[in-house]
Amino acid sequence: MRLIESRATLVLTYAVLIILLLITLFPIALLVLNSVKPAAQIIQNPLAWPETLRWDNFTRAWSDARFGQTMLNSAVLSGLTIILVCTTGSLTAYVLARRKIKSWKILTFYLLATTTAPIQLFLFPLYFGFAKLGLINNAVAVSVVYTAVWSPFAVMLLRTYFLAVPKELEEAALIDGATHWQVFTKVFLPIVSPGILTVALIIGLYSWNEFLIATTFLQRADTSTAIVSFFLLSGQYSSDWGEIMAAALIIVLPVIILFVLLQRRFIEGMAGGSVKG
Amino acid sequence: MHRFYVLPTLLINVVIILAPALLTIALAFFRWDGIGMPVFIGLDNFKALWADRVFWTALANNILWTLMFLTVPIGIGLLAATLLLVARRGSMFFQVVYFLPMIIATAILARIWQGMIYSPVSGVNGLLQRMGFPTLDPLTQPSTALVGIATVDLWHWWGFLCVIFFAALRQVPQEQIEAARIEGASFWQLMRYVLLPGIRSTITLMMIMTVIWSFLVFDFVYILTQGGPAFSSEVLSTLAYRSAFYDLAVGKAAAVAVIISIFGLIATAFYIREQSREFEQ
Repeated sequence: MRLIESRATLVLTYAVLIILLLITLFPIALLVLNSVKPAAQIIQNPLAWPETLRWDNFTRAWSDARFGQTMLNSAVLSGLTIILVCTTGSLTAYVLARRKIKSWKILTFYLLATTTAPIQLFLFPLYFGFAKLGLINNAVAVSVVYTAVWSPFAVMLLRTYFLAVPKELEEAALIDGATHWQVFTKVFLPIVSPGILTVALIIGLYSWNEFLIATTFLQRADTSTAIVSFFLLSGQYSSDWGEIMAAALIIVLPVIILFVLLQRRFIEGMAGGSVKG
Repeated sequence: MHRFYVLPTLLINVVIILAPALLTIALAFFRWDGIGMPVFIGLDNFKALWADRVFWTALANNILWTLMFLTVPIGIGLLAATLLLVARRGSMFFQVVYFLPMIIATAILARIWQGMIYSPVSGVNGLLQRMGFPTLDPLTQPSTALVGIATVDLWHWWGFLCVIFFAALRQVPQEQIEAARIEGASFWQLMRYVLLPGIRSTITLMMIMTVIWSFLVFDFVYILTQGGPAFSSEVLSTLAYRSAFYDLAVGKAAAVAVIISIFGLIATAFYIREQSREFEQ
């Protein structure tokens, strides 16, 4: 759709859009700029161009936040969560997209309702229960919690992809004697794989960035995630902000690269999943 | 039987969310330190909250937060989305940049604002002070702490709404817009009578979600002020978290969680009603 406007309107439009752009980018620019500055220079002027490039901010951040260990923990946790959400989510979406039975509708609404439940509503018994079972500091246990929290979102998003598969394909396969399992794996999965990839990306992003559950359940230094160890590093009193911004950039950089490469998938997944339901 | 394919999702959901949620509701009527035996105390947790000033501050802050988020980011998001519609070139680029803060971890965004902008030592704020401007660190003042936190959340949030509204605006039928144009409608009339009504259901849905999310807000408050100074920026979710894990008053925390859920439940009822329209199709 296109609106034809006068030149003055267009100039004003772009002026406002660019101001909003600068407001959005300003804090992110500060992050990048100050990640290579010595702490003393940041205190003088956080806006100034770096006089000397302090690349050792990154090496110190890497060792102080123990990123060698914690980034690996984050990657393992994200990977586990992606696998769990994608397998259980696509199985459920397959059923929900095809059956028009009342009980499936109730299940759909139940899942929708749990996406709006506050984490605090189930966090406390879960924590003390996990503590009793020795599941604190256990990455698999946390990935199951993540799966519970995010799979309704994944199911709703995947459902739209499953709905788009022509009914005739499924019926033809069933008439030819295929089992439902074969229909699911051989007919549906190849067609909906772009949807599964989108879900994997978004779930990976969410688990990489998640704070509340990770900080509650992964407390020991050798099990904590990159975000939690960044939080602890940046909360210390003697703060070297050059080092903190370098640590932040290390965590953010892989995310931004993926986002730039696959922006459409990210935006459609995150915006579509919460609106279309 | 293929209908059993829903079992893994359902099982995980029941074990992690439903069963603990029911336990939380029960715990709201007990006194429990998380270790010993829970003691049944009836409505005492709720009575204690009723008499607790911090609880009322937290509730008021959540309501204030809801009002801020129902107006400011939805307004900016709508404005930017319509401007993107007017702009002929670059709308995709602007959209991607506006969305960017959404993919960065809240813990990191919070620290950037805290250290690089608000801080009187290392931030832009300190620079302004040294230049002679009488600015203060909003996070350290009881009267401004909540607004200071909300600013960070608003900044990272409005772009998401802009993208959603822009997508919805592009779905408004071209004929309606052309008809209005032919009849000589100005841009504002077009907005008022064609575009906004055209995306009404999207706006409604986003407003409902805003109410739900506003009662769940946790990360930014916990990281930036931990509810301080002097509980001035406390919200219900940080109050519940602190009660459970710092004061070991799990029963009180459960009572707060139940109250958050009641607000959420009302909004959720609207949300499901709105969503079910889509499933009817």
